[in-house]
Amino acid sequence: MKPAVIAFAGAAETDIGALPQYSELDLRADAAHHALADAGLTLADVDGITSAVESPIDVAHYLGITPSWYDGTSVGGCSFLVHVRHAAAAIRAGLCTTVLVLHGESGRSRVGSIPRARPAYGMLGQFELPYGAFAPPNMFTMPVMRYLHETGTTHEQLAEVVVAQSHWAAGNPRASRNKLLTVKDVMDSPLIAYPFHKLECCVVTDGGGALVITTAERARNLKRADSPVYLLGSGEACDSPMVSMMDDPTSSKGFRLASRAAFAEAGIKHADVDHLMIYDAFAHLPLYGLEDMGFVGRGEAGAFIQAGHTRPGGKLPLNTNGGGILYTHTGMYGMFAIQEAVRQLRGEAYKQVDGVKTSVVQGVGGMFTAAATLVLSNLLP
Amino acid sequence: MTVKTAPAKAVPVATPTTRPFWEGTKAGELRLQQCNDCSHHFLYPRIRCPKCGSASTTWVKASGKAKLYSFVINHFPAPGWEGEVPYVIAMVQLAEGPRMMSSLVGIPPDPAKLVLDMPLQVTFQPRGDMMLPVFQSAGSAA
Repeated sequence: MKPAVIAFAGAAETDIGALPQYSELDLRADAAHHALADAGLTLADVDGITSAVESPIDVAHYLGITPSWYDGTSVGGCSFLVHVRHAAAAIRAGLCTTVLVLHGESGRSRVGSIPRARPAYGMLGQFELPYGAFAPPNMFTMPVMRYLHETGTTHEQLAEVVVAQSHWAAGNPRASRNKLLTVKDVMDSPLIAYPFHKLECCVVTDGGGALVITTAERARNLKRADSPVYLLGSGEACDSPMVSMMDDPTSSKGFRLASRAAFAEAGIKHADVDHLMIYDAFAHLPLYGLEDMGFVGRGEAGAFIQAGHTRPGGKLPLNTNGGGILYTHTGMYGMFAIQEAVRQLRGEAYKQVDGVKTSVVQGVGGMFTAAATLVLSNLLP
Repeated sequence: MTVKTAPAKAVPVATPTTRPFWEGTKAGELRLQQCNDCSHHFLYPRIRCPKCGSASTTWVKASGKAKLYSFVINHFPAPGWEGEVPYVIAMVQLAEGPRMMSSLVGIPPDPAKLVLDMPLQVTFQPRGDMMLPVFQSAGSAA
């Protein structure tokens, strides 16, 4: 018997920006209700739940449900891609039927945030934090000078990543930074951690989002049956918990392995991809993603973006919400990358790409530590 | 009246497995583990070789020679670093193979002075009750 086809029966974001009136738990519950309303379902229909950092049981209890399956995999910003993959497996295994994959984070206002312990006896505490590294802007960015050196990619091409994405975010009232940008704008913004300027680093916001995952068979009888989104394949992978000790800091092993697995399961080739989201906490990630996922050769991503191929009208629309750098970034951005892929496949995006049938979402967690890939389509496999 | 203490820089705390590394830095040595079965040098310290799984490993004194692998010039200070921005956070590649994060001493936070692959030599700086391995230009080594 063929495994059940998995569908996204509901998908929605909360308000995003500065939301100091909400704790993280509030944001997760708000996201859950938005996604259920989109699916035309109620809490009584949910028998599975996922949450990263905050326990899924905390969120279930807050919502007032008693799920029979839960997953608290917490591997940073790609946790939600991993949750979708795990939920699909659980549904196919008969462990549950309807899963809420949810996210909410008070990244900006820090209301009800759960501290992430980084003890002095941990490997990070012994071998990275003593050197004045302490946050993503000065850790995730660490390999880039080497990447530029080995690939011949230029500082201007790094800035072009943001410029290209600004053509998608421009005018979108939900995007934190919604103005068209030039390379000069990006390179004139203050240095955060050389070679990274402020506009090459993500925004920091509050917000949430949730997905309702179920079988295609069930989704056919639900509210959004007219705009279906299916999961064709997925992959999860990992690399070093410390950026300084990656096998090869100029390439993401996680991107390579997770995307290869997802493409193989989906049975797609690169030419089949109409729309792409690559988690962009910082401007180098789309460059790594394009190369490590195999869309372009080693060292070719900078020129590819510079040539306009990822802008509106280009052959590979990339980060069409403006990405974590321009649209929103609560801390664990992966949920918002999935949401944009769903919008594009439903034909509901702010800057809609014509004829999207297959969308790929590449996520990352930690400082290249975790990775996950989803292949989505609006055509039943 | 409350007295505000300035935030202190992070001080590493050893575990039994990592203690030989930190005893080494106090003795003025950069120590690595080497696998007796596959000869692999590795860092961070582990109870077994991460390449072949062997439990037979030996602590060896590294040459202290390294190359500048990558860096950022950080403008966004970690607790305790407020008076030092911008400062360099470096990734160095040891002659024996492993890479590690570190600080550079005697090299200004200027991209023109931070040439990738420039030769470096380990030296040590006190941090709390520990000694941290940091790196200086190999040309300036005493």
